[in-house]
Amino acid sequence: MRRMKRVLRTPLGISASVLLGVVLVLAVFAPVLWGDKASAIDTSAILQGPSSAHWLGTNNLGQDVFYRVLVATRLSVELALVATAIGVAAGLVLGAAPLVLGARLGRLVTAAVNIAVAFPALLLALFFAVIFGVGARGALLAIGFATAPTFARLTRTLVAGVAGLDYIAAARVAGVSRIRLLTRHVLPNIGETLVVNATIAAGSALLSFAGLSFLGLGVQAPAYDWGQLLSDGLDGIYIHPAAALAPGVAVVVAGLAFNLFGEALALGLGVPELAGGSVARAARAGRRAPAGAPLAAAAEENSNPLLGTDRADSVLVVRDLRVSFPGGVHPVRGVSFTVGRGEAVGVVGESGSGKSLTALAVARLLEDPAQVSAGRLALLGQDLTRDPGKRVRRQFLGTSLGMVFQDPMTSFNPVKRVGVQLAEVIREHKGVSRRDAAARAVERLHAVRIPAPHRRYRQFPHELSGGMRQRAMIGMAVMGSPALVIADEPTTALDVTVQRQVLRLLKSIQAADDVALLFISHDITVVGQVCDRVLVMYAGRIVENLPAADLRTHARHPYTRALLAAVPSMHTDRELPLAIVPGRPADPANLPAGCAFASRCPLADAKCASADPVLQADDAGREVACWHADRVPLAAVADTEVPVVISHE
Amino acid sequence: MTTSPRSLAVLADNPWLRFAARRLGQLLISVLVLVTASFLIIHLVPGDPVRAALGIDAPQSLVAARRHALGLDDPIWLQYAHYLKNLVTGQMGTSITSGLPVSEVIGQRLPATLELAVYSFIVSVGLALPIGLGMAVLTRNGRRRAAELSFTSAGVVLAAIPGFLLAVGLVYVFSVQLGWTPVAEEAGFTSFVLPVLAMALGSAAVLARILRLEVLGAMQADYVRTARAKRLPSWRIYLVHVLPNALTATLTICGLLLAALIAGTVLVENVFAWPGLGATIVASILSKDYPVVQGIVLVYGIGVLLINLAVDVALALLDPRSTIRES
Repeated sequence: MRRMKRVLRTPLGISASVLLGVVLVLAVFAPVLWGDKASAIDTSAILQGPSSAHWLGTNNLGQDVFYRVLVATRLSVELALVATAIGVAAGLVLGAAPLVLGARLGRLVTAAVNIAVAFPALLLALFFAVIFGVGARGALLAIGFATAPTFARLTRTLVAGVAGLDYIAAARVAGVSRIRLLTRHVLPNIGETLVVNATIAAGSALLSFAGLSFLGLGVQAPAYDWGQLLSDGLDGIYIHPAAALAPGVAVVVAGLAFNLFGEALALGLGVPELAGGSVARAARAGRRAPAGAPLAAAAEENSNPLLGTDRADSVLVVRDLRVSFPGGVHPVRGVSFTVGRGEAVGVVGESGSGKSLTALAVARLLEDPAQVSAGRLALLGQDLTRDPGKRVRRQFLGTSLGMVFQDPMTSFNPVKRVGVQLAEVIREHKGVSRRDAAARAVERLHAVRIPAPHRRYRQFPHELSGGMRQRAMIGMAVMGSPALVIADEPTTALDVTVQRQVLRLLKSIQAADDVALLFISHDITVVGQVCDRVLVMYAGRIVENLPAADLRTHARHPYTRALLAAVPSMHTDRELPLAIVPGRPADPANLPAGCAFASRCPLADAKCASADPVLQADDAGREVACWHADRVPLAAVADTEVPVVISHE
Repeated sequence: MTTSPRSLAVLADNPWLRFAARRLGQLLISVLVLVTASFLIIHLVPGDPVRAALGIDAPQSLVAARRHALGLDDPIWLQYAHYLKNLVTGQMGTSITSGLPVSEVIGQRLPATLELAVYSFIVSVGLALPIGLGMAVLTRNGRRRAAELSFTSAGVVLAAIPGFLLAVGLVYVFSVQLGWTPVAEEAGFTSFVLPVLAMALGSAAVLARILRLEVLGAMQADYVRTARAKRLPSWRIYLVHVLPNALTATLTICGLLLAALIAGTVLVENVFAWPGLGATIVASILSKDYPVVQGIVLVYGIGVLLINLAVDVALALLDPRSTIRES
């Protein structure tokens, strides 16, 4: 009942209810109030146009069209409702038949329903109208039977959904009879959906009835419904169109009333909304977040001079990169780093640390409503924050930057051949002929060690295994001979053995073609294996930057060490629970004033809570953003020997 | 015909052959059901169909002669066998009222209906494709809420008006008020405008609405991000990468709409006095000319079945993963 009230509160719900209410009230009271006026024959006023006496004119017997349209509401609605009732009842019987009759007979009924559903309801109605005979009764049965197959299918789908549930299985085991199972357990569960659909079907039945009566197959004179009035009025549409238009409008309005009310019910009762989608939800969620979440201080300080300068061999320079969403959410808060020519740089962090957003922002792939700003963002010396014109930018990025995404299963277009998707890159950006592009694509597929590349070129993505697809993806990323490949969690969706192959492949591509690699991963071990340098991200900041070789020996940030400690090794005591990083990742919509990691950090003190530490380089150029970096004993970074940071929950 | 184990294995291995075999089997069963249903019409109608057609005043001898001519005296299984045999040779019986062969009646009337249905379908797809795609692009990521709202509401209202009522409205506006086009009879291009519009607008609205949602859904897909990462121009992303994926789901609806269009011709033809099957079947139902009704029901039904077949084939061609081909 509470949900019904919710339905009625929406604009759609209100207007639909009012509309339906008017129609129903008219259906009940119009014949009582105006029945006499509607049937009064006035031979002195035949076929008149609209006047003050007759608002919509008169018909060929001098009867008032306006009152007739109002009075016809009852018969029209009545017939539609009864026809729907017949259809729903017959549909229920047919749809529930498989459950009651058992598998073999049920299958026969299902097959028959499937054939009937293929035909439009109006054709079925026409067929049944022939059999049941011309007239209101025949049309009633015809439309009812024509509605039945749709409801049979709906019922069957719903019943199948419910019948699989545990408590139905339990009831069955307990020996509850099939009929009882249906009436006590199944029907109550599918009732709501049936009611919603029956309401919508009533609207369609109303329209169908108007159609049949209009054709002369439904209601017969002297009785009249809207369809019959329409058919009467159409003959004189040139002389006084109101007589034809008014019943037509009545049919449409009443049909809409049922339809909209049904949809409002569906929305209110929690049938998922089709429109809008995840983006709209995300935008709403963003709006709900507290506005103006504290943006940490030290924005400028964060751009470390060591990182910010463009060295001559820099492929990528990022300085003070920020990503924000409407509503004061700042998932990336001033990230600065460089990637040298041929260098492999890893970015590691938990989900929500902003590493993937950083990658997408660098690649200029973030769309509304995300806002990206950067002090400097340059690829091969070209400033990506400035716009040199769409075409130039596209061509430059298309050939200098390759992307590899997480899920190779969904990152290929399922309806296009693999090879064509590779060739497309240079067809578009280098103006290469179709044949040359195909040759290059086959060559690239070969280079990423895909066997029989000629054959694979012509296959569709679903014909390749996951690992093979990810290799093809890497081949696609290096189609245009880029200077930088950004790989966003490229092995996360793959199983372990395939992971190794893909990692090795990335490594060899990097070495062979002198391609720089920006490797995003949540797996610190993998990053350590593949990369020359590691950036550790937490809550939208880089908190540590050090050579991969120094990870185990020189990691100083408590977060980095917690990540390292959480990796099980061959020496991990299997009696103990697996080590985890305690607490929950920081909420980008609600960041603390001080160090974002403080709430999870065993070393945290008052200073950490009030002031945000900035990246500080040591003598060897390793950087860390922690007030207590010196307090972490350097030699002691093996496995689980940092018990201060780890909890065994 | 040699069916060695090897050729059978080839048949089982080739998904296309498997698909064709299964789909043809389905079609055959459906056609058989349809033929049986149309055969039964004359036996299910209450009372004596011949007496009903000829009227109460017709002499008993004439009724008996007609019954005999129609073969209604034979046992029902024999009649069924005759019906099937005649259908195979293209004979559909004779009209009770006019005495013309039913196949001839249908041959005269079918082209007008086909033209109407085909043009309506072309127009509705021609309207829905650019509008649906365009609206999806314009309203992506929740942009232009007002445009989205007005598009959706207009679509809902337009889709709720059945073709024959829209036809009445169009006649009123264009023929009565503006006097632009002839209302009745088939007379060249202009006579097509109103009937085709009346049938096409509603289905175009439905199609455009669904296409927009499908395109919006496809735009969220990972492969679209891949296409953007390849820096393809927007038109290429939308037309080459998004549209084919959005179409697979839309095509199914297209089939339903086209089938509904066929049914819609019955009503619209009667508004415009169009000389097609629709006007004929209604007249025949009213005059109880059952052989003609049987024939036209058969034609409509086969039309619907062929549309469904065409949609399945198109789906299988468009989407290589299509479960239709695989399962």
